[in-house]
Amino acid sequence: MKRYIGRRTAYCLLSLFLLSLTIFFFVRVTGDPATLLVEPGASEADIAAIHHQFGLDKPLWVQYGIFVANLAHGDLGKSFYYRTPVMELYLSRLPNSLYLATVAMAFSLIIGIPTGVLASVRVGRFWDRAGKTFTLLGLSLPPFWVGLVLILVFSVYLGWLPSSGAGTPLHLIMPAFALGWYFAAAHMRLTRSSMLEVLGSEYVKLARLKGLPQSLVIAKHAFKNALIPVLTLAGINLVIMVNVATVVEVVFAWPGIGRLLYEGITFRDFPVVQGVVLMGGAMIVIVNLVIDILYAVIDPRIRLES
Amino acid sequence: MSIQTEVIGLPPLSPSRVASRLSFLRLKDFPLIPALILGLIALVAIFANFLAPHNPEIGSLTARFKPPFWQTGGTMKYLLGTDQLGRDVLSRLIFGARVSVIVGFTAVIFAGTVGTTLGIISGYLGGWVDQVIMRLTDTWLALPPLMFAIFLAAIVGPSMWNIVIILGLVYWTRYARVIRGEVLSLKEREFVRLAIVAGCSKRTIMWRHILPNVINSAIVIGTLMLGVVIITEASLSFLGIGVPPPQAAWGLMLADGRQSLMVGRWWLSVLPGCCIMLMVLSANLLGDWLRVKLDPQLRQL
Repeated sequence: MKRYIGRRTAYCLLSLFLLSLTIFFFVRVTGDPATLLVEPGASEADIAAIHHQFGLDKPLWVQYGIFVANLAHGDLGKSFYYRTPVMELYLSRLPNSLYLATVAMAFSLIIGIPTGVLASVRVGRFWDRAGKTFTLLGLSLPPFWVGLVLILVFSVYLGWLPSSGAGTPLHLIMPAFALGWYFAAAHMRLTRSSMLEVLGSEYVKLARLKGLPQSLVIAKHAFKNALIPVLTLAGINLVIMVNVATVVEVVFAWPGIGRLLYEGITFRDFPVVQGVVLMGGAMIVIVNLVIDILYAVIDPRIRLES
Repeated sequence: MSIQTEVIGLPPLSPSRVASRLSFLRLKDFPLIPALILGLIALVAIFANFLAPHNPEIGSLTARFKPPFWQTGGTMKYLLGTDQLGRDVLSRLIFGARVSVIVGFTAVIFAGTVGTTLGIISGYLGGWVDQVIMRLTDTWLALPPLMFAIFLAAIVGPSMWNIVIILGLVYWTRYARVIRGEVLSLKEREFVRLAIVAGCSKRTIMWRHILPNVINSAIVIGTLMLGVVIITEASLSFLGIGVPPPQAAWGLMLADGRQSLMVGRWWLSVLPGCCIMLMVLSANLLGDWLRVKLDPQLRQL
């Protein structure tokens, strides 16, 4: 167990190292990073000052050392536009993103799980096809376009929901649905295949042999067990949702991390862009580690295998 | 499938062999409509110059915000209306198809070439090469694709070919991971051992014996990836870091249309979105079918 966790943690640290190296490398390979780090319209002297301030005149490996040392302190640099540390900005926006992602996940599971269960019980029949079509449609529609159409229908024509901003729960409905629908297909497919696997297992056959009604077999014996992998995926997807909501947050002017990233692009505020991307990657690497460890705790087969 | 027996000796592909390989196209559950839609979009993209009734980048300011012809105020001159600069929406949609087709296909092929090559090398050579490639793959997979693409686009600046390279860099990892897994089991097979005994070099084995066996999976992943790539391109253009204006791209049209959404000019946002949906849905349906047909192992993907 300890060895397993130790090895997973080592992999995680290695991934974080490679992540920082990737970001560092791409910023430098494409030209002088000073042109990205300096504010638009800066003079030659300013650029020279930036070179000195960020140590860009030092050898590459020293630069990388400084970069990682700053990261280790949670220092992501300072935003040009807001004139505050990027970390502060990030943490102030994070709750909004988590809020949006949680509600979007609820939508996604409300769509994905029932359609997945129905599809597994009626393989190849109407509900299977209908569920597949609906979720495939969600996967094929760009979330920001779904957002635009929702605004057109519910804000412009019907006037039921506010078109943008945050504040009331009503503001959340459209962005959460636009984001959630895109992920529903993944949850539907996993629910379906997981249900099919469980329905073919011995204990479900036994439950049927005992003469339990079909509804009880599905709801009590199959569904509960089939839900485990789906909820794991939902956990990972929640973190991914926080990080891919950019376009939806832009459409609805939702003040989350994605919107911060967009502001970073439009104001040419490079420290913000770099910070948000680094945090996003790190978050996912760490969540993967947590899930690996949780699985090892729950399932002895995994920890004994290594 | 009988591919393994074919690959050992690798006889040249005679016409009848080609026909037998393509025979799956005649199967009854072939998604004909999605294939036709994709074909149509490709044709529109190729012949955009001849099909577009107006110049997509130059409008007439006297004809701004004309609605489609069936609404009051619309004219037959601009079938699907005009945008905020008086540019014909239909012509822009037609030229937008060109951007989506070029970016979609080249990015998928670029990512596929890099990912498949690295996947084969990683799986076949093993050892430290495998470790390096796979750790890099894991790390890049951890970065959310859109976020990674936004980061790269913010560094290199907007242009259509930059987007192709960016999407290739972002998505090759998806191929590498799957292909490597297949190579690991393939390299233990008899025909590979025979090839080693026969004195084939590593490069020959990878190129002539491994590659033909993993190409099916690469095609399936590529087809499923096409939709994802097109949506990512549209997202980048929508955010203003993709295809630069005044070029016509669907994502860019959506960004423009968003400005006048609140006054009910629906055609500027709804129509480009419909085009994206048609293309992506067709690619996804075709990919789903190919996955089931070509590679049973990938059904859970």
